[in-house]
This record gives sequence, structure tokens and C-alpha cells, in this order.
Amino acid sequence: MTSVISEIKKDFIYNLLLKGERADGRTFDQYREISIQRDVIRKAEGSALVKLGLSQVLVGVKMQPGEPFPDSPNRGVIITNAELVPLASPSFEPGPPNEVGIELARLVDRGVRESKAVDLEALCIVPGKQVWIIFIDVHILDDCGNILDAASLGAIAALLCTKVPASKFGLGEDYILPIRDLPIATSAIEFNDVLMFDPGVDEEAIANTKLTIISTIDGNICGTQKSGTGMLKPEQVYRIIDIACEKAKEIREKFLEA
Amino acid sequence: MIVMDETDITFFKDGLRLDGRRADQLRPVKIEVGVLARADGSCYIEMGGNKVIAAVYGPREVHPRHLQEVSRAIVRYRYNMASFSVEERKRPGPDRRSYELSKVSREALEPVILTSFFPRSVIDVFVEVLQADAGTRTAGINAAAVALADAGIPMKSMISSCAAGKVADTIVLDPMKEEDNFGQADLPIAMTPNGDITLIQMDGGLTTDEFHRAVEMAMKGARDIYEIQRQALLNKYCQLTEPGHVEAVVQ
Repeated sequence: MTSVISEIKKDFIYNLLLKGERADGRTFDQYREISIQRDVIRKAEGSALVKLGLSQVLVGVKMQPGEPFPDSPNRGVIITNAELVPLASPSFEPGPPNEVGIELARLVDRGVRESKAVDLEALCIVPGKQVWIIFIDVHILDDCGNILDAASLGAIAALLCTKVPASKFGLGEDYILPIRDLPIATSAIEFNDVLMFDPGVDEEAIANTKLTIISTIDGNICGTQKSGTGMLKPEQVYRIIDIACEKAKEIREKFLEA
Repeated sequence: MIVMDETDITFFKDGLRLDGRRADQLRPVKIEVGVLARADGSCYIEMGGNKVIAAVYGPREVHPRHLQEVSRAIVRYRYNMASFSVEERKRPGPDRRSYELSKVSREALEPVILTSFFPRSVIDVFVEVLQADAGTRTAGINAAAVALADAGIPMKSMISSCAAGKVADTIVLDPMKEEDNFGQADLPIAMTPNGDITLIQMDGGLTTDEFHRAVEMAMKGARDIYEIQRQALLNKYCQLTEPGHVEAVVQ
């Protein structure tokens, strides 16, 4: 995410970094405080408000029966959308999603999809005719950095408390959406060979390379994305992966499995 | 439409892949430089069944002007698929996938472009996928990098791109359509000849060990593609008359 940052602030962050410090006193692999409130929106089938430091992301899940894709007649459908609404940052503008919003939505989607967290076959109602469609809508409320990790965490947290609204559509009793995996996205920026996890908005502005790793319960990787106009050495990629999987495990155990 | 599952497909026969390749073998690559008359630089590439053409315009004036940067050129990259390039007709125009691919592809090339040489201008890269067969983003980046060189854009180095995948629990280089559709993972990378990675994406499922092996395999593929890119540029621009002496060819 790009935003305007003064040269003085840039210098300040850079000089701290040379001393091995961050502006808010965290270590390079330390996450800001995380909190998750579930079921905050009564009208949604599932929802979660994630706070990551001062960043706030609200994810709502809605479900309705619909037609399957012709190439997967027995599988439910997941549609992920992200709104970078102008209330969340001075650099967001109204209008159709730009490439940053599209990338964010597709990465949240990649985590849920590639980890096979949702059993899509179990969402088939009438093969070839009717399946459940899951809409995951990410609403960024306050962008204080690293909204991707927050959005991804919000998506799986919201899915975990999603009730399939079967009775509303005359399809039997409501039931809890079964979730089989807990994908966690962890992002790090690279700056002068320093790898910083969970970057704040100013840290994002000074670095030009970010790597996101999405890992699953069994410690495997189900998604990766480099963004930004910098380069990474393979060793840096491997280092980020090692720390990312560890961090993901901590977050998963503390917030999703408890 | 035929519905298939990854279990329905045998990916290997006698240790070779469906198209007869070894696990670590690239599909045939063909590169032609300077194929478009109007563009400042252009390149046509075939990577297996992919046919992709790239054009570079610029550095030129930025429109709309509010996008211009006072200290450097901006780079724009448009990845576009022809509606006839895939099995089922694709609706023309950009979709969410092509927005994402355009973004990561631009970010794969921008690190080597000396944008500070051209303040207040734009370097436009247009990539058209004419025929798709898995690996269109890597083919597009390879063609775009050559087209940038063909346009005379100053660059720190070439960029070469290649993917590795996982099928039937085996890491393979440069997956083709069947392996991409029904495989277990896809990991495209782009890098400089020095091994600095400028694009890395992954989806599917890989253990960290498999991830390392896939990255290394994709990097090896990218290195081989670099040689082909280099040769294609040399073929167009240089004739070696005596060792160490390179002379430009005037057409």
C-alpha cells in the first residue's frame, strides 16, 4: 500500500532500523496486538472484526443457494471481494476496486481456496443445479498497515462462525459451516536486508518489497505473493518462510483454535 | 464440458510427462525480437503452446498527466488475453485475474528499469496472449523484458521468468495445461541473471522442503530462458566479427 510519507519520517525509520529497532518498539518479527470479535454483524451468516494494532478490518460472510460453475457441478462456490473504502485511508478513493484491492481480495481468496478450508463438495445441494454460494466480503475500516494479514485472518475467523442459512431457503435446519483448515497469511517487508513482519503503514511506505506467505495447519504453504517493486534473494525468501510459518502457528493457536 | 479430477489423470508414463518431457525439462522456447513496426520495442515468444506478443512504447508523455512522477518514469503493464486464446471463449477486456497479473508483472520488471533517467514520462508495456497453454504470465514477462531491451530502455539487467509445479507429488518444471489445471501447486518466479527474485507467487500445497526445491527448479529454468533471450537479442543486434569485437548491424 503506498501512501505519502515525509522524508524526515523516512529517515527516522531508516536510522532506527540500522540500530535494529522499530518506531513502536517491536522486534522485527513481532506482531502488533491482535484481537478478533466474532459475530459482530447479526445480518451476516458469519462475521469477524479483526484489529491488528490500529488497523481494523471487518469481514462478513453471506450465503445463498445458486448455480454451480459448469466445470464443477458438484461444488459450492466461493466469491471473495474487498472494499478499500475511502473512510479507511487518505489514499483510498471511491470507485471500482483498483489493482491493490483486487490483489488483496484474490489473496484472501487464495488462502481459503488453496488450503481447502471449506469442503466445497459438502456445499452441493442438487448436483449440477443448486449449490451454496459463499460470499466473503472484506471491508477495510482503518488502514494502519498490513491489512492483508488482518483481512485474511478475518476471513477464516468469520467462516469459523458461519451458520449455513438452510431454513431460510427451505433446505432443512441451519448448521455450522464445517471448516477443515485454518490458513494464516503472514507478511514481511524487506528493507536493506532487514525483514520486518507485520509492517505498519509508515514501514510499508519505506520498503518496496513485501512477501506474503499463507500457511496451513500442517505447516505447509498454500499461497505466496511478492508485491512491490523490489527484489528478494532466495535466502531471504526462505528466511521469511521459516519465520512466517512459526508466526502463523502462534496466531492460529492463540486466536482460532482456542 | 468434461469434468475431470486430478485423480483421473496419469501425469507420468515411463518416468516421462504427458508431452514426453523429463520432470526438469522446459517446453520448447522460441523468441523473435522486433516483430511490430509501430512499437518502440517488441517481442514474440512461444513457450510450448503459449503464443504471446509484447510491445513497449516510450519513454513518452504521461496521459493522464496527474499520474506523472517528477523524479522518475512510471511503468505501466497491461496483460490481456485474446478471447480466442483459451478453450472456452473469454469475455474480452480485463478481469480480476488480469489486473493482478498486470500488477505483479509490472513489479517483476520495474526493479531493473532505470526509471530515474526519464522523469515525468511513462514506459508502457502491452502484452497480448494470443494462445494460452499454462504459463502465460511467465511468457509475457519474458517477452516484455526482451521488448524493453529492443526499445532501448536502460535496464540494470534482463528479467527471465519460469514456473515450477507439483503433480503426482513430483516437482516439475514449466507445467503445461493439464499439469496446471489438475496439479497440486504452481509457483511462478521471475529473476535477474544474478538470481535476484522480482516475482514469486504460489498457490496449491507445498511443504517447505518442496517449496525450496520448486524455487530452485524454477530458477534453473529461468536461467535457461535467459540464454535464449540473450541469443535472440544478439541475433538481431550484433554480429561477432572477431573475438571481443561486437559490431551493430545496420538494416
